[in-house]
Amino acid sequence: VTAVLASGRLARRRRARQRILTEASSVMLSVVLLIWSLTPVYNMLLVALDPEEGEIEFAGNLWTPEPSLEGFRAAVMQDARYLEDFWYQYGNSLYIGLATTLLTMLVGSMASFALGRMHLAKASLLTNAAVLTYAIPAPFLIVPLYRIMHGYGLLDNLWAVIVAQVTVTIPFAILILRQYARLIPLDLDDAARLDGASVVQLYLRIYLPLTAPALAVIAGYSLLLSWNDYIYQFVLLSSQRNMTVSVMQAALFVDADARWNAMMAAAMIYAALPIIILYALGRYIATALARGCT
Amino acid sequence: MPRMGSVWRRLRTQNDTQVPKQRGYYNVLIGEAGMSGTQQVLSAGPPVLEKRSWRQPGHRRPHGSDFIWAIAFVVPYVAVFFAFAVYPVGFALWMASEPSLYAELIADPFYPPAMVNTLLFVGLGVNVKMFLALLLSGFFMRRRRWIKALLAIYIMPWALASVQAFISFHWMLIGEQGLVDGLLSALFGIEGPIWFNDRWLGLGSNIVAYIWKWMPFWTVIFIAGRMAIPRDIHDAAEVDGATGARRFVHVTFPLLANLYLVCTLLSTIWTLGDFATVYFVSGGGPTGSTNVLATLGFHYAFDASRPALGVAAMISALPLLIPIVILLIGKLQTSEVQL
Repeated sequence: VTAVLASGRLARRRRARQRILTEASSVMLSVVLLIWSLTPVYNMLLVALDPEEGEIEFAGNLWTPEPSLEGFRAAVMQDARYLEDFWYQYGNSLYIGLATTLLTMLVGSMASFALGRMHLAKASLLTNAAVLTYAIPAPFLIVPLYRIMHGYGLLDNLWAVIVAQVTVTIPFAILILRQYARLIPLDLDDAARLDGASVVQLYLRIYLPLTAPALAVIAGYSLLLSWNDYIYQFVLLSSQRNMTVSVMQAALFVDADARWNAMMAAAMIYAALPIIILYALGRYIATALARGCT
Repeated sequence: MPRMGSVWRRLRTQNDTQVPKQRGYYNVLIGEAGMSGTQQVLSAGPPVLEKRSWRQPGHRRPHGSDFIWAIAFVVPYVAVFFAFAVYPVGFALWMASEPSLYAELIADPFYPPAMVNTLLFVGLGVNVKMFLALLLSGFFMRRRRWIKALLAIYIMPWALASVQAFISFHWMLIGEQGLVDGLLSALFGIEGPIWFNDRWLGLGSNIVAYIWKWMPFWTVIFIAGRMAIPRDIHDAAEVDGATGARRFVHVTFPLLANLYLVCTLLSTIWTLGDFATVYFVSGGGPTGSTNVLATLGFHYAFDASRPALGVAAMISALPLLIPIVILLIGKLQTSEVQL
């Protein structure tokens, strides 16, 4: 009996030790992940808070000796080279982002509504076309797009960027919605039809409200893609007034004499918006992705 | 666990060949005799709702005004698709149809290293990223409040605008003025390397920055995939004695394998066209030795004013791209896995 008891105690102790080990290793992993995720962001902050105007020497300090908000002031007041039109360019980025998002939601949901719920023949053909669009790398499209936009007279026009981005985001919208809309029973449509609902009413009253979580994910995705984009904006826009923040910020890469602290401060201001949106929509995104993945 | 192995093999083969598409794994095993715990739970699951199975083949096609409406709803996308996807692609193929362009490419000393870099960047970047994301998604499934908070911080790189994030990476690694080398000398007294003076260090920096930026996105996808696995299956697996690594190998991974494959294929496609990482982290330097096809093509087209050569450089990636696309479309059609 004592032997059995002793072995039981031993096993319990072993289990407790194992639990402590798991906890300790997950804490360690968390620390590593924190450092990994935050170092580049921290670096941005370090540069943005540096009081010096010109070059920044990292002297081995973990923190700037005299943190200063001068960089942020210069960015907000548009008081530095490259930043003269910062808020105007921010407006351009926002305009492109919002237009891309709205168009993606509208055109994508219309197309997937017709493809998924109108019993169209050859519907899968168009869905495959959407997948194929995924497979075209942007740098491959950009040269012909430049020529084509020139032909359409859309060069240096914000709408050139918007339609280029929409071409990339709509396939994502169609794929997500196709998946998500399977959860809505088709009987619902039939019942509404019996009650005399028109096609447009089906779309507005049933399809759109019931796919709202998926639409939120699509909105987040489109806005992030547009906010992240550089290549389309760089190639298709040229004048100072039509430039976006992404393009303007690239100057920091080529020009070592740019005011680093102000540019990094502007970068952080620019980067804040999608982070806010992502955290606001996070719950929707998680649930919709969870449904979409099964 | 010989039993479980065979069960999952059956599950998967059934799942691949099932005639009506099903979303669940439940009804595969209904009515088995001599079941293990896992099987019992599986068979106790709710009967699968057969979506659309009541619909007769050829069940009413739209006609009259409905048909017109259906067309009207599809037309905007079709128009965008033809004007901004089909037309440019056709144009690109026409631009790059000159065979002499490819002879020129091969003769260019910058081209072969760019090809090698692309293979390394995509091959290492995508696979390391996906594998780590899969493992980390398991870690983030732990139900602790601080792990949830950590997840919120962990996904920040994904939300951060890429130009800004990659520029930050670049300045972090710029040499002794950069944060990384500064920390190395302050903490360990090591003189860090000048990262972008060496092809392999530069390429490595690009890959690390790429993984940093995109791993969170795929981790979230895998977390969603894991959440979709009914808890019963894990509980049952535990009853059968599968824990830890065994559970991962025999239960979780087989259920996620399809999702993992589709995501890897998709990510490979996207990464082949990734331009911003290399352009902003290493800038292609030193002397163009870390360029990938995307940045080299861009360089030809816009810096050297040779648009056709730039398109040809991208087209030379097609032999890599086409099999992946075919595989992906096949996978998306036969399975329910979706992004």
